[in-house]
Amino acid sequence: MPSRVGRSPMPKQEPRERIRNFSEVALGYSEEDAIREASRCINCPKRPCVSGCPVEVDIPSFIGLIRDGRFAEAARKIKEKNSLPAICGRVCPQETQCEAQCTLGKKGEPVAIGALERFAADFERAHSGISLPGGLDTGGPHAGRSNMVGSCPGDGSGGLKVAVVGSGPAGLTCAADLAKMGYKVTIFESLHSAGGVLRYGIPEFRLPKAILEEEIAYVRALGVELRLNVLIGQTYSLDDLFRAGYKAIFLGTGAGLPHFLGIPGENLNGVYSANEFLTRANLMKAYLFPDYVTPIKVGRRVAVVGAGNVAMDAARVALRLGAEEVTIVYRRSRAEMPARREEVENAEEEGVRFALLTNPIRVLGDEKGWVTGLECIRMELGEPDESGRRRPVPIKGSEFIMGVDTMISAIGTDPNPLLPRLTPGLATGRHGNLVADPETGATSIPGVFAGGDIVTGSATVIAAMGAGKVAARGIDRYLRAGNAEK
Amino acid sequence: MYRIVRKEVLAPRIKSFLIEAPEIAAKAKPGHFVVVRLDEKGERIPLTIADYDAASGTIELVVQEVGRTTYQMGMLEAGQYIQDVVGPLGTPMHIEKVDCVVFVAGGLGVAPIYPKARRHYEIGSRVVSLIGAQNKDLLIMRDRMEKVSHEVRYSTDDGSFGHHGFVTELLKEMLDSGAKISEVVAVGPLVMMRAACRVTEPFGVKTIVSLNPIMVDGTGMCGSCRVTVGGETKFSCVDGPAFDGHKVDFGELIARQNRFLAEERLAMEHFTRGIAPEREECRCHQG
Ligand SMILES: Cc1cc2nc3c(=O)[nH]c(=O)nc-3n(C[C@H](O)[C@H](O)[C@H](O)COP(=O)(O)OP(=O)(O)OC[C@H]3O[C@@H](n4cnc5c(N)ncnc54)[C@H](O)[C@@H]3O)c2cc1C
Ligand SMILES: Cc1cc2nc3c(=O)[nH]c(=O)nc-3n(C[C@H](O)[C@H](O)[C@H](O)COP(=O)(O)OP(=O)(O)OC[C@H]3O[C@@H](n4cnc5c(N)ncnc54)[C@H](O)[C@@H]3O)c2cc1C
Ligand code: SF4
Ligand code: SF4
Ligand code: FES
Repeated sequence: MPSRVGRSPMPKQEPRERIRNFSEVALGYSEEDAIREASRCINCPKRPCVSGCPVEVDIPSFIGLIRDGRFAEAARKIKEKNSLPAICGRVCPQETQCEAQCTLGKKGEPVAIGALERFAADFERAHSGISLPGGLDTGGPHAGRSNMVGSCPGDGSGGLKVAVVGSGPAGLTCAADLAKMGYKVTIFESLHSAGGVLRYGIPEFRLPKAILEEEIAYVRALGVELRLNVLIGQTYSLDDLFRAGYKAIFLGTGAGLPHFLGIPGENLNGVYSANEFLTRANLMKAYLFPDYVTPIKVGRRVAVVGAGNVAMDAARVALRLGAEEVTIVYRRSRAEMPARREEVENAEEEGVRFALLTNPIRVLGDEKGWVTGLECIRMELGEPDESGRRRPVPIKGSEFIMGVDTMISAIGTDPNPLLPRLTPGLATGRHGNLVADPETGATSIPGVFAGGDIVTGSATVIAAMGAGKVAARGIDRYLRAGNAEK
Repeated sequence: MYRIVRKEVLAPRIKSFLIEAPEIAAKAKPGHFVVVRLDEKGERIPLTIADYDAASGTIELVVQEVGRTTYQMGMLEAGQYIQDVVGPLGTPMHIEKVDCVVFVAGGLGVAPIYPKARRHYEIGSRVVSLIGAQNKDLLIMRDRMEKVSHEVRYSTDDGSFGHHGFVTELLKEMLDSGAKISEVVAVGPLVMMRAACRVTEPFGVKTIVSLNPIMVDGTGMCGSCRVTVGGETKFSCVDGPAFDGHKVDFGELIARQNRFLAEERLAMEHFTRGIAPEREECRCHQG
């Protein structure tokens, strides 16, 4: 009985209004919107949507609870599998994950699973406070039902100590799961605030930091200790951690090393890596300069090179900081753009331009070292390469100059090399990524596990969370196998 | 939160802070630095670890007031706290015994040089220190440098103490007189480091400089600190901050230092208005 009701649209701030502020663009469903949308779900017995979610959220059940108006319970249902629902509901690429598998999507529009997940989490935050698993919350039929894995060796006060390095989604998830199993977990984070890319990369208008704060507070309320300003490898080595009594270590250090194109002129003033641009804006809140002290400078005309989520974020931040014209420069065509569809649409609505099949070859500058333009060459799509995508090839003689005063390079990042470089014996792969067993997260050093972008290269929030979960289970198994005495 | 144990004024606008940071003190080596953020709204700024003592769990930072953040830091007193200090950062300097190492310090450059000179002195290298500043008052840490050097020479731009002229002239004199120098370590303003490299280059003397580009994270994540060394892009915060001075593209780095000049001026104005609220145009408390 396919539903006839169309998908409820997500209410959003008007484009002309929102490019003048950093408030959230998507406003979220009202209760009526949510119930209407939840009612579209036909509760498929085979639950195809669940197989599309990397952490296997019980989608039909939580949607059923929303339909019945049991919003807080819906949130708890999601949290059985996903400790960061308000975040995932906002930033998961649902259209390629859970929603891509939804039965309704075959003939029409899939159920807005992400928007509903976000609604449930936001409702819980606004109304009943954040609930804790293990009977610490106030009640409800699903209270206390967490994904505890059997009993653990150190239940109670004698819980074994585990160290988690990095407070991105991988680290937070691994820490939360281990804490729920009874381990004493400490997260070590090198920056002055937690969240990884969620903090320094994804802008306020897409993921309000207040939400991140609350999700981190939830993880801490589980008993996880958070130590900021500690760079593992320098402040402490992995050996130091073992000596300090940590019985296992999870590395979730992310893919923080920015790529540059390697073209002439890239060190001119006005060229940023997306990481620098976004870190200044988000982590350091440079959009509130000079009240917040960190400066950022955005010119009148900005070129953002790349077409992933990072590029869209950088382009939209540049607009909000006052740039008059922002252009995405991408060497392939629209079909190959890796960014989420929704974010491309948002960027377009806000007036971001797209120079597709265009490749930068040189940054031009003036005698004082400031950017004056970007020399580009037009591309056409040739034969498919190994990845199956048609390879862009330059069109001879099509060079032209784009007049810009700022260039932001958003062409990707590599795994953070610092820790492998400072840790003998830690095996790395071809791109500097850590090698870890996909079933357990185990690395080449006994007792050291890893997951998230440091292993896979730049991926998604939910994939990093999935890896954190796998590693938590791997660590539990490792410690219960008697390795804690070593 | 990191407690300031002791504060000392070394010279007009140059202050030394002893800070309680046992984890950092335990790991610090000559050449390491920290990144400091004073408070919630603060900028992250890199400062060299000028001294460290694992036993008392303290590190020393020597700060010159040049703008918004360093000025604000200068107003802090012993007993107060700094919100964030992370470190030790950077690659420590490789130090092994040599016949003769010459340290060339310009202005505040003495602070980063001191732990390196001390280490060389301890392991038996002959240490010659050439220390320059604008005037006598700005020659800091003299007693400490004299303790860890076999020979110290001073210069001031205005002639108020030691040689009247630039510190690099002392270096040139040494080289011209045929002194056998194993290596030179030059730390100070970029123009001074560039000048030192130009002096040593014809003599083929290895010259290490410690660069001070604009940083954000200090952990290799943003690329703000990139410099061209030997034609390659390097991130100073992890690959440095010390590099072979003859390979550094100083022109590019000097230009990059000016990336936020206008904003830095604005930040300073905003700050001084904040601490002098009687100024008429201040409307911050009027809603
Ligand atoms: C701008 C931007 C937008 C994105 N948008 C989306 C999106 O919309 N949807 C989506 O699903 N994904 C998105 N992604 C990708 C997603 O954010 C990442 O895949 C995910 O954050 C990876 O998580 P992680 O835990 O592996 O690492 P990170 O989030 O990178 O966290 C790693 C943490 O470890 C810390 N660290 C590193 N080294 C050390 C050390 N030695 N000691 C201590 N701490 C250390 C870092 O400071 C950091 O906090 C985006 C990425 C960026 C950059
Ligand atoms: C590895 C390293 C070690 C350093 N050690 C010391 C030290 O021991 N003592 C000391 O007094 N200074 C040191 N500096 C320089 C110090 O970081 C700057 O003086 C400080 O950041 C200036 O900030 P401000 O807000 O006071 O001044 P601003 O008005 O913001 O800037 C004044 C000048 O300082 C530089 N600068 C500004 N922001 C930064 C930043 N985030 N990172 C680096 N440079 C910046 C710029 O060239 C600028 O023109 C070091 C720098 C580096 C990179
Ligand atoms: S976590 Fe992501 S993939 Fe899973 S159900 Fe939620 S939105 Fe879909
Ligand atoms: S596939 Fe779609 S319709 Fe079916 S249960 Fe999942 S969300 Fe509901
Ligand atoms: S300061 Fe960010 S990479 Fe060096």
